[in-house]
Amino acid sequence: MSTVRLVFVLGTAACMGVPLAAQHSYGPADIEDGGKLFRTNCVACHGPQGNLVEGVDLGHGKFRRASTEDGVIRIIEDGIPGTAMPPNNFSDFQAGTILAYLRSVATSGRTVAPNGDAARGKAIFEGKGGCAACHRVYGVGSRVGPDLSDIGALRRVAEIELSILDPNAEVLAQNRYYRVTTKSGETITGRLLNEDAFSVQLLDTKERLLSFQRTDLRQAGFLSESPMPSYRDTLTKAERDDVVTYLASLKGF
Amino acid sequence: MTARAWSIFCLSGCMTGALWGQVSFDRILASGNEPQNWLTYSGSTMSQRYSTLTQITPENVKNLELQWTFQARSLEKFEATPLVVDGILYTVQAPNNVVSLDAVTGRVFWTYPYVPARVARPCCGQVNRGLAILGDTLFMGTIDAHLIALDAKSGKPIWNVAVAKAGAGYAITHAPLVIKDKVIIGTAGGEYGIRGFIAAFDVKTGKEAWRFYTIPGKGEPGHETWKGNSWEHGGASVWVTGSYDPALNLTYWGIGNPGPDWNGDERDGDNLYSDCVVALDPDTGKLKWYFQFTPHDTLDYDAVQVPVLADMEWQGQPRKVMLWANRNGFYYVLDRVTGQFLTGKPFSTVNWARGLDEAGRPMRVNGKEPTAEGQQVYPGVQGATNWYSPSYSPRTGLFYISAWDQYSSIFVKVPTEYTEGRRYVGTSPRSVVANLQGTAVNQRKEEEGYGAVRAIDPKTGEKQWEFKMLDVTDAGILTTASDLLFSGGREGYFYALNGRSGELLWKANVGGSVASGPMSYSVNGRQYVAVSAGNSLLVYALKQ
Repeated sequence: MSTVRLVFVLGTAACMGVPLAAQHSYGPADIEDGGKLFRTNCVACHGPQGNLVEGVDLGHGKFRRASTEDGVIRIIEDGIPGTAMPPNNFSDFQAGTILAYLRSVATSGRTVAPNGDAARGKAIFEGKGGCAACHRVYGVGSRVGPDLSDIGALRRVAEIELSILDPNAEVLAQNRYYRVTTKSGETITGRLLNEDAFSVQLLDTKERLLSFQRTDLRQAGFLSESPMPSYRDTLTKAERDDVVTYLASLKGF
Repeated sequence: MTARAWSIFCLSGCMTGALWGQVSFDRILASGNEPQNWLTYSGSTMSQRYSTLTQITPENVKNLELQWTFQARSLEKFEATPLVVDGILYTVQAPNNVVSLDAVTGRVFWTYPYVPARVARPCCGQVNRGLAILGDTLFMGTIDAHLIALDAKSGKPIWNVAVAKAGAGYAITHAPLVIKDKVIIGTAGGEYGIRGFIAAFDVKTGKEAWRFYTIPGKGEPGHETWKGNSWEHGGASVWVTGSYDPALNLTYWGIGNPGPDWNGDERDGDNLYSDCVVALDPDTGKLKWYFQFTPHDTLDYDAVQVPVLADMEWQGQPRKVMLWANRNGFYYVLDRVTGQFLTGKPFSTVNWARGLDEAGRPMRVNGKEPTAEGQQVYPGVQGATNWYSPSYSPRTGLFYISAWDQYSSIFVKVPTEYTEGRRYVGTSPRSVVANLQGTAVNQRKEEEGYGAVRAIDPKTGEKQWEFKMLDVTDAGILTTASDLLFSGGREGYFYALNGRSGELLWKANVGGSVASGPMSYSVNGRQYVAVSAGNSLLVYALKQ
């Protein structure tokens, strides 16, 4: 296996991508992929910002067991025997995207800590904000929007805040909305779960798992905008901070 | 959309999968009223693995063709039986990833990934046999001994409780069983010196409601059947789903072997409730009755078979019975109201017992047990049958089992001591039959062991017919109301037999061992038959 030399030359990382190294440059899509890998495989122990393990801050190059980025990549792939760090079946490039993602996080300047009141935030979430009409937390609420039971373990505070202010700014692929129109004229909207050249799978707004053959559809495609409204004007800054603090406290199981 | 529009819409075939409503416990109890669905591991709480769908018949079964395949991203054995609820299929990719698929096309709706703790070490593969459902919540036991509730529509976890200590060898590999407002599971780990138990958990919260230890504690009846402190690490695991009789309000579970498996020197006594079927009150976990198939077992004859419940005429009177082909080579009929032994006889080559006495207790042959030098015993260590789901067809009146015959092992005994998390078995038997992860070729003579689907007259235990294979089988059996029987085996075929005669009607090379129970469902009026084989789930229907 060839070793990728990662020498980070950071630009405006989150927006422009991370032009790295001699062999590899990581663009926005790579960084997003790295974020997915990180959220799926790493956040449970390292936290959404990569700094929950004592003595380790992945985004800021603070490691206990590696002094170079090559070393970090080897650890990501091979794990650390005798510790909770397991081996992972990643390629060098995939491991590099995780590191690139963490670098982009560290340089984005969006790492504010929550400073609201989680209990008030919960009350707003379930009441004035109407959030539970679309979102589900620990088995309560609607499935139409993303389940937020573990949002605090998956997304950074800045990302949660951004979603509340500007829902269209960052919509993860698994949360994109989709609309199909059947040849019989029915229109159905929902969260896209899966699609291929021949079929489409949705969770629709009535919380049904639906599967369609494209040959039975007149139209199918993504909605350009998130159905989630901005809360910039409907909640005060203090209320939004409370909601963000509440959401950041949701760590799943 | 109006209900009528919705109905028309579905008839158009435009939408291939739709989750109509929650799965109430009443629906589970009356699962025979909705044969299009498969709501429990064995198809009903009576565990007959019998489908009343009749579109596929002995006449047209030759026209079955593969509709779709789901290839698991796992090299573990694919032992799960799927659930199907109104066009949505749920299964488990070993060890513990739950997958939701369109039952018509096999396209994935969602996947719930679960990474078990690294200390998890089930004895015989990181496997899972399936799920339970209630409402719109799925339940899964994990190989690191957790019980997890998932939202059936999104795949998101609702609760996750640690049932037992994985580092001590506890694991959960079978599909849970929902009864009323509780989800019931048992713990595997009989090769690690666990103290087995069955426990019930609140479906909403995961809070443990009751626990029944399969080895009685101090002061409890049956404790005296264990010498000294042997009860503390005596195994008696649970790793196949039980059954439920709503009229009697009893749930039945088969219990595994005592430990150490092949050295009983330190556990003199019958070792209750190892190798038993226990009848429990599902509301309290209280024991109503038990029947022990193999007292003081030293041959690993787990009674971990699916309790098949049937109502039939018995000596001129209607009787609630339980049909049981045991790993120890004997077939039994029990009265499931009281646990009374009604009849029993060998269904395979047996040399460790001369027969059963009037109470159903085996009459042992001296010396047919593990020794330092090794002793050949029939059936061998995998048993004359095992966890492979049997089937009972109320139409044919026959009981169908997957049997291993003329199969033996050399049982050797060595001293052993308990260390937490380490194997506690007292050596390991030798056999010419390789384990399932061994070679895919078969070079044995028939007298060295073969597999068969056997049809048994449940009232007499007499063999009515058999379908012989050269290799052995780990496959379960499905029967249907058109008198078809579906099964497979290690030879890598999935096939259909005439349930009345055993005649082979159709077969497909599935490219891997069938180590699961087939099931059937329908969507939009079209019947499907599903089976896991190798590392894949395969779904068949009649050619259109």
